[in-house]
Amino acid sequence: MDNAIQFAYVAAAVLFIFGLKQLGSPATARRGNFISSLGMLVAVVAALLSQGIDYTWILIGFALGGAIGAAAARMVQMTSMPEMVALFNGFGGMASLLVGAAALAPGSSTFTLVTIVLSILIGGLTFTGSLVAYGKLSEKITSAPVLFSAQQLVNGAIVAGILASAVMFCINPDNTLWLYLVIGLSLVFGIMAVIPIGGADMPVVISLLNSYSGLAACAAGFAVDNNILIVAGSLVGSAGIILTQIMCKAMNRSLTNVLFSGFGSGKTEATEVEGEIKPISVEDAYYVLEAASSVAIIPGYGMAVAQAQHVVKELTELMEANGAEVNFGIHPVAGRMPGHMNVLLAEADVPYDQLLEMDDINPRMETVDVAIVIGANDVVNPAAREVESSPIYGMPVINVDSARTVFVLKRSMASGFAGIENPLFYKENTRMLFGDAKESIGGLVREFSG
Amino acid sequence: MITELYQVPSEVFLTFILVLSIFLGFELINKVPATLHTPLMSGANAISGITLVGAVSLVGSGDPDLSKWLAVGAVALASINVVGGYLVTDRMLAMFKKKEG
Repeated sequence: MDNAIQFAYVAAAVLFIFGLKQLGSPATARRGNFISSLGMLVAVVAALLSQGIDYTWILIGFALGGAIGAAAARMVQMTSMPEMVALFNGFGGMASLLVGAAALAPGSSTFTLVTIVLSILIGGLTFTGSLVAYGKLSEKITSAPVLFSAQQLVNGAIVAGILASAVMFCINPDNTLWLYLVIGLSLVFGIMAVIPIGGADMPVVISLLNSYSGLAACAAGFAVDNNILIVAGSLVGSAGIILTQIMCKAMNRSLTNVLFSGFGSGKTEATEVEGEIKPISVEDAYYVLEAASSVAIIPGYGMAVAQAQHVVKELTELMEANGAEVNFGIHPVAGRMPGHMNVLLAEADVPYDQLLEMDDINPRMETVDVAIVIGANDVVNPAAREVESSPIYGMPVINVDSARTVFVLKRSMASGFAGIENPLFYKENTRMLFGDAKESIGGLVREFSG
Repeated sequence: MITELYQVPSEVFLTFILVLSIFLGFELINKVPATLHTPLMSGANAISGITLVGAVSLVGSGDPDLSKWLAVGAVALASINVVGGYLVTDRMLAMFKKKEG
């Protein structure tokens, strides 16, 4: 029987691998997710078949968790997807912490003790880190970086404390004080690690926490001596690391810089920008769009905040009916999580082949008549190319300023998240369409339809 | 007749599996288009709920002690992750459509 269970885990691993492979292409992604869920089913059933398990409590736990998960998955708004993923990450981390703690048995080997500490540490910081990320993303706490003096010192002390109590615990596992210290300090460390990171850097943080939740499962796998946890956990761990790298690259910053610099804490440097702001009315914008034969739309987090994706789709259809070619240019870090804009536009029925990645849209930007920037700022900031002293200098951006005309939909003239002036707004070919993005686009839709 | 086979210690064996799966993960995910980043993340997140399997194996027999309750808590949390993660990923992926015609 035990052998059969182990082979079932092998089968589950194969299903996870095929599932992830198929998640890599839009045409097969849904099937891939299904295959991966089959893998999970096989693994869980196999675990249930092992001897001497108290089913009552497992079923109660599963029913409770499953019901909460299903309800959350059904009810969540697509715009709230980043905080939802953050929250799920956190639960995964906490589960690994609990498994690590529960795996502690008298007479464990040092190796097992070390893996228990690791699953508690990674699981704990994933849990509280994700809760803070959730709070920031849902604006329940300030999304600005929280910085205070001697922050690095305090964090260093926490890390040293974790290391010391981890060593003490491994030497002396019977003294539960050390274990509680490791747990407590890991939880505190998760909070301290995420509060100095600002809202616009959340794509990196979520990817990293995603990776951690996998690594925590991995460590728990070592603690309970279970292969499938290690395989599945490390697959998730590497997926998260790859996404983290992509996000960092898209911002031209190192991971260390994202995690420790408190970027965007409001230290605006006064750069003189030449030119003046030229506002435009909805009506005038309509006349320009009506004559355009090629339009590019560049959405940012502001589109999510204004919930404007559906009305954007409406406008797209009207412009296409009017004979224009409409494409979307999606910057990798637009929004609050990797692929955030793509999900929102998919929800609004925009086909995914109409969404172009930055490297595909930039070469054709010169042939675009009108580029419409909706609630994006730093990802279209030409200062990243032109102003060497700018904090975002070197970050790859979507070059909307090479389009013939640029419309920027914006609430007010407040600078972007990073507090950096955007010379785009002052360019000769830029027109500012002030107001709520949803209302402005709604106005354009009305002009087009009647 | 082989009487004594060299047994690979389980630490080494598990580490072996860890290293190979990490490399496999990098290979599998390297080429995912940006459009799928969110579903990939939430799908991967669901997989990280595999801790559920570890938790189930720890609930153990009927004796109510601390580690049993910890494991039951882990079962509940990991179930949120697994069930919620797969369902929400499916909901997202159902929305992704190719242009008709």
